[in-house]
Amino acid sequence: MDKEINQYTVSVYTENNIGLLNRISAIFQRRHINIESMNISVSEIEGVSRFTMLVNMTEDQIKKIIGQIEKQIEVIKAYYHTDEDTIYQESCMFKIKSDLLFEERQIQNIIKESNARIVTVNKEFFVLEKSGRRNEIELLHRELSAFGIMQFVRSGRIAVTKDEMKITEMLAAFNN
Amino acid sequence: MEVLTVKQKQYLEQPKTRISGCEAIVRCLLAEGVDILYGYPGGAIMPVYDELYKYQDKIHHVLTRHEQGATHSAQGYARISGKVGVAMATSGPGATNLITGIADAQIDSTPIVCITGQVASHLLGSDAFQETDIVGISTPVTKWNHQITKASEIPEVIAKAFYIAKSGRPGPVLIDITKDAQFEEFDFQYKKCIGVRSYIPVPKTEESSLKAAADLINAAKKPMIVWGQGIILGKAEEELKAVMEKAGIPSAWTIMGASAIPTSHPLNIGMVGMHGNYAPNVLTNECDVLIAIGMRFDDRVTGKLDEYATQAKVIHFEIDPAEIDKNVKTDVAVLGDSKESLAKLLPLLNANSHTEWHQKFKDLYAIEFEKVIKNDLHPTKGGLTMGEVLNEINTQSKGEAAIVSDVGQHQMIACRYAEFNVSKSNITSGGLGTMGFALPAAIGAKMAAPDREVVAIVGDGGYQMTIQELGTIFQTKVPVKIVVLNNEFLGMVRQWQQLFFDKRYASTEMTNPDFVAIVKGYYVEAKKVTKREELAPAIEEMMKSKEAYFLEVCVEKEDNVFPMVPSGASVSDIRLE
Repeated sequence: MDKEINQYTVSVYTENNIGLLNRISAIFQRRHINIESMNISVSEIEGVSRFTMLVNMTEDQIKKIIGQIEKQIEVIKAYYHTDEDTIYQESCMFKIKSDLLFEERQIQNIIKESNARIVTVNKEFFVLEKSGRRNEIELLHRELSAFGIMQFVRSGRIAVTKDEMKITEMLAAFNN
Repeated sequence: MEVLTVKQKQYLEQPKTRISGCEAIVRCLLAEGVDILYGYPGGAIMPVYDELYKYQDKIHHVLTRHEQGATHSAQGYARISGKVGVAMATSGPGATNLITGIADAQIDSTPIVCITGQVASHLLGSDAFQETDIVGISTPVTKWNHQITKASEIPEVIAKAFYIAKSGRPGPVLIDITKDAQFEEFDFQYKKCIGVRSYIPVPKTEESSLKAAADLINAAKKPMIVWGQGIILGKAEEELKAVMEKAGIPSAWTIMGASAIPTSHPLNIGMVGMHGNYAPNVLTNECDVLIAIGMRFDDRVTGKLDEYATQAKVIHFEIDPAEIDKNVKTDVAVLGDSKESLAKLLPLLNANSHTEWHQKFKDLYAIEFEKVIKNDLHPTKGGLTMGEVLNEINTQSKGEAAIVSDVGQHQMIACRYAEFNVSKSNITSGGLGTMGFALPAAIGAKMAAPDREVVAIVGDGGYQMTIQELGTIFQTKVPVKIVVLNNEFLGMVRQWQQLFFDKRYASTEMTNPDFVAIVKGYYVEAKKVTKREELAPAIEEMMKSKEAYFLEVCVEKEDNVFPMVPSGASVSDIRLE
């Protein structure tokens, strides 16, 4: 049995239904598993939602969790993937005092090098947005911390898989 | 596809008519073939009750004395008939009182539909009188649940509820309906649900897995079957019997699988698990191929997992893919419906008899008989035993009665010793272990199967948890037979205290009331037995009675149930004393 703890991205295709979030999160809560991040959005299929969750556990555990998720009536299909199987990103925003932008030359260099984007600037503050891997975001956070950050927020991971997921085919099979 | 009755068709084929949401609910129930439902009225469900009043010639509402009783009655109804049981309650406390029964139905895969009233939609989230988030509360213990806030949703959602409750691995569904949706008028038309696109009730059976299973079974020298409720739910009794007989496989059952194969069948080797039979527990750790069918390797079945059948190749026939490898790693998983997969397995099997292997079970049975069974069933001295009560019921019912047991020592005794000739005859709370289950479940069972003898076996503890359902029995005149095995203790807890807590009997001794007097207060016939010679005539009188009958049997206070696999021990370390 594989006892090694890995980071897995869980992707769940579901009907767009009130209460399903509750059902899915309860599966983790009941087993005392922390969800590192969660994102719910529309998917490539109209009317179908997509959950993307990041969790740390053994492969043995995640297989059982996927089984429990798929068992929910309104779940179309659930998958788990390792980082290598997916293309993934996170997004973050920094709110920083505008004065710093002009007084600290270093900040301008940091922005340039990190490929962060200035979303807005006004007299009091400016907002930076950065999408990328967790370590890039963390690096940027460390670098900007030295100057003072008014607000910081980071999104959950979103990921697409290298392999096909064939949800459309699955739904088509039901209609036939 | 299931065949609709003339009555159902009549309701289905009605043209669109403008009716209220509450009338629609009743018409939906009729269209699903519901003839009995169990419930308790209250503010938020009153419009539906008003309709039930109008439709009372077509649908029988049974007023239980507590909403928990309504769910257990619905469960009893479902378990004996294979149909969907229905329970109804109002919002708030009415709804929360359903939860124990819903959780029980979830873990024991029982198809029930619960309908609850809810405060009007504009009041949702305002902490209105009797408002509770029952959809949120019931989420972890339902197969599916949904809140309706518009009357137009009613037909589709109720159709879906029945479909989900009974298809695949069955389970409970809760539908919460706001009061304004009950009053709202809309154009009603009912269409049965034939599928939900995100839900695959029965996974496809792979031919290759059947072949692999057959190869393992054909090569096995010491095969053993453990079947569960999946056989009963899948109506696969005949298919299982054919497989057992052709391949000559000794076959044991879990508590939920009891009665699927007659007790007297020579290949039926008894119950597995904590208080199961000696031979199947010990030999689980000696068989070379373990064939699990429609069971889920509950911890009460497996004991210590690391030492469970580690020597055996494991084949798991299962309808729910989430059960595969959940507790016990399988070598071959055969997904699908048990009836279909066993029927397909049969021609792939070689005829065999495994005589020597079977003899081992017989030898161990002889040991268990000598050390445990003889004294349980045929005691010669001391107080009455629970076993001899069961033995007497067996003798007089000739194995035809349905036994509805509660939870505790008497339950283990009932499941160990009740003789069954007919499937769906063992109705008990297996997974959740809900004390108070038996009395209301027996009511539901008897109403669903009026021609069958239904005997509730209850302990003095569990009996008092739902004792108020005597009122339901009195009012409906449902002729259930109730046997309370009174040892003036919460017997199973007391047994554990004796064995594992140095006899510190913390809060397990019961000072009981005069049960016979209470029952007589409900005008139900009642008798109390304290002596061995009184037992047989009392049971005879009970069985002959055409009406409800209560029999209290005062049994030995500190008897223990053996064999026993102590918690955390391996099944092969089962204790006989």
